[in-house]
Amino acid sequence: MDLNYTPEQEAFRAEVRQFLEDNLPDDIRERVQKRLRPDKAMTERWQKILFEKGWGASTWPTEFGGTGWDPIQQIIFEEECALAGAPRQLDFGLRMVGPVIMTFGNDEQKQRFLPGILSGEDWWCQGYSEPGAGSDLASLRTSAKREGDHYIVNGQKTWTTLGQHADWIFCLVRTSTQGKPQQGISFLLIDMNTPGIDVKPIIMLDGEHEINEVYFDNVKVPAENLIGEENQGWTYAKFLLGHERTGLANVGQWKALMKRLKEVARQEQDGQRPLIENTRFRDRLAQLDAELRALELTVLRVLTDKRGPGPQASILKIRGTEIGQQLFEMLMEAGGQDSIAHIPEALELDYNGPRAGSIDATPSAGDYFNMRKLSIFGGSNEIQRNIISQLVLGL
Amino acid sequence: MNFDLSEEQQMLNDSLRRFVTNEYGYEKRGEIISSGTGIDRATWSNFAEMGLLGFSFPEDYDGLGGNAVDTMVVMENFGRGLVVEPYLATVVLAGGLIRDAGNEAQKADILPGIASGERLLALAHYEPGARYNLSHVQTTARKDGDHFQISGQKTTVLHGGQANQLIVSARTSGGVNDESGLSLFLVDSGAKGVKVDDFATHDGHRTADISFSNVTVSAHNLIGTIDEAFPAIEKTVDLGIAALCAEAVGAMEAMNAATLEYIKTRKQFGVPIGKFQVLQHRMADMFIQTEQARTMAILAASEADSDDRANRREAISMAKTLVGQAARYVGQQGVQLHGGMGVTDEMFAAHLFKRLTLINLLFGDADHHLAQVSDGLLAKTA
Repeated sequence: MDLNYTPEQEAFRAEVRQFLEDNLPDDIRERVQKRLRPDKAMTERWQKILFEKGWGASTWPTEFGGTGWDPIQQIIFEEECALAGAPRQLDFGLRMVGPVIMTFGNDEQKQRFLPGILSGEDWWCQGYSEPGAGSDLASLRTSAKREGDHYIVNGQKTWTTLGQHADWIFCLVRTSTQGKPQQGISFLLIDMNTPGIDVKPIIMLDGEHEINEVYFDNVKVPAENLIGEENQGWTYAKFLLGHERTGLANVGQWKALMKRLKEVARQEQDGQRPLIENTRFRDRLAQLDAELRALELTVLRVLTDKRGPGPQASILKIRGTEIGQQLFEMLMEAGGQDSIAHIPEALELDYNGPRAGSIDATPSAGDYFNMRKLSIFGGSNEIQRNIISQLVLGL
Repeated sequence: MNFDLSEEQQMLNDSLRRFVTNEYGYEKRGEIISSGTGIDRATWSNFAEMGLLGFSFPEDYDGLGGNAVDTMVVMENFGRGLVVEPYLATVVLAGGLIRDAGNEAQKADILPGIASGERLLALAHYEPGARYNLSHVQTTARKDGDHFQISGQKTTVLHGGQANQLIVSARTSGGVNDESGLSLFLVDSGAKGVKVDDFATHDGHRTADISFSNVTVSAHNLIGTIDEAFPAIEKTVDLGIAALCAEAVGAMEAMNAATLEYIKTRKQFGVPIGKFQVLQHRMADMFIQTEQARTMAILAASEADSDDRANRREAISMAKTLVGQAARYVGQQGVQLHGGMGVTDEMFAAHLFKRLTLINLLFGDADHHLAQVSDGLLAKTA
């Protein structure tokens, strides 16, 4: 047992750090570190830079243009990116549909779809949840009827994150109503430019447009866009959720945020002393720091486990989201009463107008509100606890 | 011991409950928030006609001679409907301060104008870096003949951008953190040297950062005794905290009602999600937290008018601690139980959550007030 990184791993970390120093554009770094409004062009630019370096997909095997890195390298890369102020890469292609296509798609699908994900040319979004199918995902009703060499898709998806930018959506659709609900689901890739698709914004509680409803009205989808076998989509969906949950631990981002929170606690004044000298605040910071360390090492334990992530991945999703939420909550509390101001225009890079308090106070309450989604999306934390109690504990 | 509302209070409660239910709906509130001032003058006039704006003022000044328990009844209903008009800023804080510290002429000049709804006032006290420390004041007022010159920077001036006049705390002597040496001045918002940055808040209210650059006011604008304003400021903030506690209880009650309705109707796995025990227990905990908060809001209202400083301060800080914690729990879990819907702007629950979150931050969060209670304990056992 040895919790230290090897010299090779440390050298790898130095290489990543140097690359980021040389290649991460200043405006992108500033936007991320000031927690300003995310921007599509920024995400695409950064993906292109990584792609040109050959680092477009840190979690993919080399066979598909990935880096072929082992889990520890992936973690190091993710952590260094977050600490440097790089934007989070888009999960929907890289961590979700990409692995599904690699594992269950045919050769033609691999050749057709994986390069666009890698280069960032294709923006993907996820079509899982429906108004009546959230935690109970298998009850989904969006239908796909086979007509000749096409499927005709009708129905509605919701909570489609960044769907307003998307070129493609991967959908769970109902191809059969026979047997158990899980048995009639298929996994379909749909071009967002197909006639009959309508994307409507959902404004979130922080006032931002991040999620959408996507309506399908007789949308004609080539049958060749079906992944794997018809009515086997649930298997692929579960495979994907396992990947998503590991990603949701988000340790790199939280470490970067923790670093910032500690700086903020030194900068914010509590009367005649810096906030960090307020023992109540500092104790909570220390507690959270310990919890984050536990999460970090637990992620490494799970990822280096040769049996692969099982239902234990739910631990990572629960703890990762809870810790993230507390980090944003403490950033808001650090801003004190300055955090109450809502200045949406101040979330742009060129904003020069008045703000209440420090630059860290400006996005803090909005972020805190927005991040309540973490314990709801990607399988709510109640569902994750069901998974642990049923699949791990056998209750 | 009697925890019942008086007959008059019960009537007030009933009529306010009807008002927020029938006349202050989600859409109307949305229109008010997105308007230029964030205040609906018709609603405000309506409050004046109902007698709410002068409720806590003496009868000699067009008031009804009410107390903090009456304010509690008002605020609880405002919390239930998420009323965004400046009742806290103008009536409870500024009006309360004039009532308690102003001289006859000031009371006669200002209180009837507040009661009639014509005048809006705001309290400009907190400063950058002060956090929740009430004695941390760097703004200065220098005596210059029969005038004072005020210079400094104020933050979190609730509804400061909408007020006609500001009550500004300034240091007339002493060091930055001293309780002695503070004085209060009435300043016209339009006076030369006053610069207002008006901000919307996340919960649909308004706040302002206001700078004062050599603002000249007459010595007649001094409120109360020079150098001795701190006790009045502290008591006013305590009245504000009691009001916020009541508002939080109303908002929590509304959150619980909305959440209960949601989990009874939302179906997953073929049953209403309220059938799942984990959600039942969560809902039960939200209910317990709300009832504890209600008790503490009653305690805060009962003590807020008291001049027994130690007892009042202890009660107020205990109340704000538990109410702040309850507001956090009920707000977060109300959203959680609404699932994805809970994080959308269209759900009232999301707006309740935002107000509950900001109420915890205002005038000291749960941590700050726990520290106050804790320090008080040390002083008692020393």
